[in-house]
Amino acid sequence: MINFEFNSKDRFYENRVFLNRIVVSVIFIILATAGLLARLAYLQIIGHEHYASLSHDNRVKIAPLPPTRGMIFDRNGEVLANNNPTYSLEIIPEQVADLEATLGELKKLLNLSEEEIQRFNTLRRRHKSFDSIPLRIQLSEEEIARFAVRMPHFPGVDIHARMLRSYPYGELTAHVVGYVGRISEAELQKLDPSVYSGTYHIGKSGVEKAYETVLHGKTGYEELETNVQGRSINVLGQTEPLAGGDLHLTLDIKLQKIAQDALQDYSGAVVAIEPASGHVLAMVSKPSFDPNPFIQGISRQEYEALQSSPNRPLYNRALRGIYPPGSTVKPFMALAGLELEQTTPGRRVYCPGFFRLPNSEHKYRDWTKFGHGAVDLRLAITQSCDVYFYDLALHLGIDRMNEYLGQFGFGAKTGIDLDAEKAGIYPSQEWKRKARKQIWFPGETLIAGIGQGYVQVTPLQLARAVAILASKGKVVEPRVVDHIKTPIPVENPYPLSESGQIPITPDNWQAVVDAMIDVVHSQRGTAKGIAPGLTYHIAGKTGTAQVFTVRQDQDYKRMKVQDKLKDHAWFIAFAPAEDPRIAIAVIAENGGHGGSVAAPIAKAVIQQYLKGQ
Amino acid sequence: MSNETILSEIRLEEAKPNPWLQKLHIDLPLLAGLMALAGVAFVVLYSAGGQKIDMVLRQGARLGLALGIMLAIAQIHPRYLRLYSPVLYLFGVLLLTAVLLVGETTLGATRWLNLGLVRFQPSELTKLSMPMMIAWFLSSQPMPPALKHVAVAGTLILVPTLMIAKQPDLGTAFLVGVAGSAVLFLAGLSWRYILAIAVAGGSLLPVLWHFMHNYQRDRVLMFLNPESDPLGRGYHIIQSKIAIGSGGIYGKGWLHGTQSHLEFLPEPSTDFVFAVFAEEFGLLGCVGLLGIYWFILGRCFYIVVQAQDKFNRLLSGALTVTFFVYVFVNTGMVIGVLPVVGVPLPLISYGGTSMVTLLAGFGMLMSIQTHRKPLPH
Repeated sequence: MINFEFNSKDRFYENRVFLNRIVVSVIFIILATAGLLARLAYLQIIGHEHYASLSHDNRVKIAPLPPTRGMIFDRNGEVLANNNPTYSLEIIPEQVADLEATLGELKKLLNLSEEEIQRFNTLRRRHKSFDSIPLRIQLSEEEIARFAVRMPHFPGVDIHARMLRSYPYGELTAHVVGYVGRISEAELQKLDPSVYSGTYHIGKSGVEKAYETVLHGKTGYEELETNVQGRSINVLGQTEPLAGGDLHLTLDIKLQKIAQDALQDYSGAVVAIEPASGHVLAMVSKPSFDPNPFIQGISRQEYEALQSSPNRPLYNRALRGIYPPGSTVKPFMALAGLELEQTTPGRRVYCPGFFRLPNSEHKYRDWTKFGHGAVDLRLAITQSCDVYFYDLALHLGIDRMNEYLGQFGFGAKTGIDLDAEKAGIYPSQEWKRKARKQIWFPGETLIAGIGQGYVQVTPLQLARAVAILASKGKVVEPRVVDHIKTPIPVENPYPLSESGQIPITPDNWQAVVDAMIDVVHSQRGTAKGIAPGLTYHIAGKTGTAQVFTVRQDQDYKRMKVQDKLKDHAWFIAFAPAEDPRIAIAVIAENGGHGGSVAAPIAKAVIQQYLKGQ
Repeated sequence: MSNETILSEIRLEEAKPNPWLQKLHIDLPLLAGLMALAGVAFVVLYSAGGQKIDMVLRQGARLGLALGIMLAIAQIHPRYLRLYSPVLYLFGVLLLTAVLLVGETTLGATRWLNLGLVRFQPSELTKLSMPMMIAWFLSSQPMPPALKHVAVAGTLILVPTLMIAKQPDLGTAFLVGVAGSAVLFLAGLSWRYILAIAVAGGSLLPVLWHFMHNYQRDRVLMFLNPESDPLGRGYHIIQSKIAIGSGGIYGKGWLHGTQSHLEFLPEPSTDFVFAVFAEEFGLLGCVGLLGIYWFILGRCFYIVVQAQDKFNRLLSGALTVTFFVYVFVNTGMVIGVLPVVGVPLPLISYGGTSMVTLLAGFGMLMSIQTHRKPLPH
């Protein structure tokens, strides 16, 4: 029964119309509800995983807790690299409404340079907008005060305490310890971002670079519950950072200082090694630079000044400088001749002041114009007779020289625990064929015999060869890091490879060493100037590396040779000769004569070291 | 099956109403459904509002007030509702005019009239007076309405709607427009007219766009592609979807929603309360909540088809359809299928104004249901 009056046809029709529309409405509602449910099911079933992770990301912000970088000590526990707390001005870009305006005001307030702002902008692009990004790292007390009073006007800008590297010995350790600097774009590509989040510095050179993995430590994390503004409202969990390992170097900073001072104004290098262990006691490259400004990033101008300085202070000569070894190869040549039975201690060679190859008019000069007369092996080393070694080289031949001297590390990297070491060159016939696409000429063998021509060594390489000689053929890799003290087990990036032994007949060794003692202690020795005052024997050898080739018709002494074209002065030595505890190589660039310039430097270092022991 | 048989079947199944409830003009199933919603509201609001009990208490007080208004309206015989419809409508338009002239501005929108003691939103009154007016007008005309009646009704709908849109309050304007149009639709508006209006409306969209405020355009744009601006304009929708999606099937549990508690979700206790609910109670909870709404809608439709004259039928039908549209627009907005307009989730969202309006509407439905003439068998 229907509530409407049935007598009206219109009423009946209206009734139908209305009920029709109700049905349509109900259908609409059913469809719409089904649509809602479908959408809900899509979000909550299919999309659940996706949205759940988004929700979690929303909620939890991971804030890195950067680890404290390991310290670096010398062998006596002197601090070479430490961390000082500094106050830095940092900005969380996300919390700053108008970054441009804020930077502009801060610029006025703290006299920020364009470079600082540029650097900040570079960092900002690399980091998330809720990360705290340093604008200026070392705030002075006055700057802190000036900012502190205006802090309420700078939301999102804050002062943070950070640890900043410092090198108390400055330029004394700049080359060997190296320095840290801001992580560059190129480095960032290669780094594991999870390890380096929160770290703004990385080792750029020296030990700092070589032992980066040890020094860095393990980044900790703070799980922060955040609200929509990214402000943390609760710490959910914390993983403490683990400080990096401390490095104890083999270096003796006092010795390093003596060596650097002894070089005076010469550009050059001093490398001292403990023969038994391969421990590097001193490694000086001069001129040097103060590494401390590099930590914050030095200005382009300053860097270019250093880079383009003619003395190249950024260049680690000890590790990367390649020089002709000159006469310093002669003890090794002599040993090769004795061991390979191409000469004997008693054999004499007549030195008229020059040497001629058979069937050749070319004169290979001796460094004395009128010659040494008849010389045996001992005198040849003591007086550094070139002719004797031209003759010996001719007997040995370049390939045997290459093979024998190769055992002492000539022409190869020493394997020291530092980055970017140069290998130098010790030629052979094959080497020349490959490198120069030329055949070997016999004359080149003679030149190689006195350490000239193609032969090139680094001061480190030569010091190491001396160390091998001093320890009667024990081959060890040089090391600057003695041991690591670390809270967590960490892989040593430079595991020591097994030491080798070059077989050397004791008599032959003694013959060479006696000659080297004569270099210093006999009246005819080329380094006799350093003998006074010595209470032990130094076995040494002088050398002069030609920078400038003297033509056949020219006389070196008559030429007005500019300072920078003067020969490099070498001196190699170990001491005490009977019980070697230190082996050393010294080069003074353009020093002229090894005996008068380089030998006293070596003596100062040896004296200091043996006195201290 | 003809409509008459449907109706008679429903009639046959009707239970005998409790005489006391009948005397108080209370429809028990409807009241039960509304109470169930209110219960859900308290639970969700406690969580969404940061577990502050006074927020729930305030909502409870409002609910009490709104229930009182509902019962008071239920006592009014539908014939008086009909009688006062034009007066109420004109009064509403007058107030809207006043708002446009001397209204108070909050957040860039002028919606409020300050009556000294209380601030009053005349657009809320219009939500009820609109369907009443159109029902009043069309019930005196033969159904389906002729073109001239459609034109008059259309004008009656458009005037207040545009006034509200001008405030600007697009959400309410839309709902008011829907309430009036629903009457027109139920009265049997010819499908041809509906099509014509749809086409005309579609072609007017660019014009509408031109007159829109920037923030309204932003809302439409971000609705079309929320991810385009995840930290700006699209933020609300994205965060809302994250809240709902992360709830999964079973939800994170009451008080364990993170999106809302950590302030990622905007307006967690008002417009986006559904997202909080969905996050904490999951898909199953949502189905349950929609079930309650469906129960209420079912009872409303029952009242609609039981209603005894044209005005009652049109008004109750329009109120029912509008109620669903509220639910749909809010949830659709929160789940990201409709643009963000400020429409609260009926009876769940925190706030007194919309609750009073809604329960006043349910009071009318109860009045219509309980004032029926006893039928001769």
